[in-house]
Amino acid sequence: MTQTLTIGKALNLGLRRAMEDDPKVVLMGEDIGRLGGVFRVTDGLQKDFGDDRVVDTPLAEAGILGTAVGLAMRGYRPVCEIQFDGFVFPAYNQIVTQVAKIHARSRGKLAMPIVIRIPFGGGIGAVEHHSESPEAYFAHTPGLKVVAVSNPVDAYWGIQQAIAHPDPIVFLEPKRRYWEKAEVDTGAPPGPLFASRVVRGGDDVTLLAYGPMVKTALQAAQAAADEGRSIEVVDLRSLSPLDLDPVFESVRRTGRCVVVHEAQVTLGLGAEIAARVSETCFHSLEAPVLRVGGYDTPYPPSKLEEEYLPDLDRVLDAVDRAMGF
Amino acid sequence: MSVSSVATEVVDPVPGAEAPHLPHQPDLVQLLTPEGERVEHPEYSVDVSPEELRDLYRDLALVRRWDVEATALQRQGELGIWASLLGQEAAQIGAGRAMAPDDMAFPTYREHGVAWTRGVDPLHVISLFRGVDNGGWDPVATHFNLYTVVIGAQTLHATGYAMGLQRDGAESAALAFLGDGATSQGEVNEAMIWAASFSAPVVFFCQNNQYAISVPLERQSRVPLYQRAAGFGFPGVRVDGNDVLAVLAVTRAALAAAHDGQGPTFIEAFTYRMGAHTTSDDPTRYRLASELEEWKLRDPIARLKAYLSRSGIADHDFFDAVEAEADELAVRIRRGTVEMPDPPGTAMFDSVYAEQTPHLARQRAEFEAYQASFEGGVER
Ligand SMILES: Cc1ncc(C[n+]2csc(CCOP(=O)(O)OP(=O)(O)O)c2C)c(N)n1
Ligand SMILES: [Mg+2]
Repeated sequence: MTQTLTIGKALNLGLRRAMEDDPKVVLMGEDIGRLGGVFRVTDGLQKDFGDDRVVDTPLAEAGILGTAVGLAMRGYRPVCEIQFDGFVFPAYNQIVTQVAKIHARSRGKLAMPIVIRIPFGGGIGAVEHHSESPEAYFAHTPGLKVVAVSNPVDAYWGIQQAIAHPDPIVFLEPKRRYWEKAEVDTGAPPGPLFASRVVRGGDDVTLLAYGPMVKTALQAAQAAADEGRSIEVVDLRSLSPLDLDPVFESVRRTGRCVVVHEAQVTLGLGAEIAARVSETCFHSLEAPVLRVGGYDTPYPPSKLEEEYLPDLDRVLDAVDRAMGF
Repeated sequence: MSVSSVATEVVDPVPGAEAPHLPHQPDLVQLLTPEGERVEHPEYSVDVSPEELRDLYRDLALVRRWDVEATALQRQGELGIWASLLGQEAAQIGAGRAMAPDDMAFPTYREHGVAWTRGVDPLHVISLFRGVDNGGWDPVATHFNLYTVVIGAQTLHATGYAMGLQRDGAESAALAFLGDGATSQGEVNEAMIWAASFSAPVVFFCQNNQYAISVPLERQSRVPLYQRAAGFGFPGVRVDGNDVLAVLAVTRAALAAAHDGQGPTFIEAFTYRMGAHTTSDDPTRYRLASELEEWKLRDPIARLKAYLSRSGIADHDFFDAVEAEADELAVRIRRGTVEMPDPPGTAMFDSVYAEQTPHLARQRAEFEAYQASFEGGVER
């Protein structure tokens, strides 16, 4: 049972299947019903499941997340769509002070099986607030789990796994890759959600990426191979919890590690990963762990985004620096 | 039936607006009917000379032309996106022209008509949608704040600005723009609470264009929006947003009350977004073409044109001259857009802080060195 799907369509089918499997799954968000979402990820779902299960909400993100908490207390499994990364902040209070803490506050009496879907990252030529990478804010918050998908297979299975999971999950979708296609086996049982995955083997450098940067990392590895360099690429997939055992194993072989993400470098995921890799693989390292990310500026106007976003050249530049150390 | 009662008995043409959960359609302040008849209103009137009337027409026609040109430029790949004001020209020109020079506007992302009245160069608005910057105009000099994309955030800024005016004893006011969808945001409700509690000289100017992207007003409010104001403790008024004279009159009165220390007013300009939400949107997915056809009959520009012609205030030569001016404007916008230079990459580092940090200065230098490594045909 394989189908060629885009990431957007894979999410759509995954959501559909989750709704069929569990009548408690409720989708909430701005423009997700009739319009099917601004990226059409929920296309057709309101028509088939009704407007009680696919809810076009009032324009209020704090309301979306705050009411999701109450629905979860009644046994529902809310799947909240935030229209764009930059618009999650009105809901930030609810996410950080409530959604994340209720399980601990209630000593496990209350579960918060809420999924917060956020199209994230840049590269689509948008205006301000439509290209942000806010993952570190959430990964920094105990009580939340954070995953980032990079391909249609993980989109299809990941959204179902996230919805079935008992903890709140920030589910990051690489918006500029929504239209990327791949074969998806809709029958095969998935691997675990919170696991990293080696997506290309190599011996010289370990290159870590997630979400939209996985494609860039793979392209960089291909270009490096043409120059005789062998790069191992790991798709982190889960940002909280981090699954670094495969990374440690890889770095012990390569002795070099480069982390790439679109988010600003300072205090981004790369900082945490560099610390853990240094602590665990110190004696194997031939070079410091290097980070490639957005500059420490606001995401720039779109005419500058190509210079701001890590690309093949910047990744290879870091690989060169790691090799030349 | 007196003229004034005719003016207030406008039948609401929005499908669904007469759904049983909605109370009876309230009074709508109108001074110019969709057919272009001047009518009286018991509370609001406007004193405009023939010349001012012609200027209003010119404003309306020119901003529409700007908008049409920008939409075309987006289609041709010259802009990343464009948020059209089509259909909302009278609401924006009426509000903008009601402002005194020292009043401060806090726009959303759609207030190109207000920008026009503040003397903002259209190309400075275009540069935002082209992705060159976040708006090229000077918000201090123009008294027109930069566009705010995060829904509703600017209503609190306007309120705080008004509190500053209050402390300074300035006889000015802030004019906060917002959409119908925005009224659901917590921050907008906080702004109205603050404005009321401090009797701040701020006017909330809500363009109810019936939609927040695809979501109709009914999802945001079970009562007419202007009636919300009563709950916060200040006056609310619904004006025909496609009637530039009524908007001018109502906004002038609200600003005068604010200048006069009487605190906030909420204005609901009842209008319609005749185009897509933005050039990325496809409204055929969520609304009927017949709805648009109905609203075309209430076009804000056609009714003023009808009035000006019929009353002899403007003739063919005048309309031809405006048309010629609009053509020139369109040419200027097109040329200015396609010739607009890209910003230098270093621009992103340059105004992050008032006082640059050593770390960012270093990053900027590294960026420059990295960029330079590609120059002169250096192959990596
Ligand atoms: C906080 C926030 N959430 C979501 C969005 C995405 N968005 C942009 S415009 C819009 C609808 C706004 O509707 P309304 O307030 O009626 O203004 P209009 O666009 O109709 O002028 C939405 C949901 C946003 N910009 N900010
Ligand atoms: Mg609206």
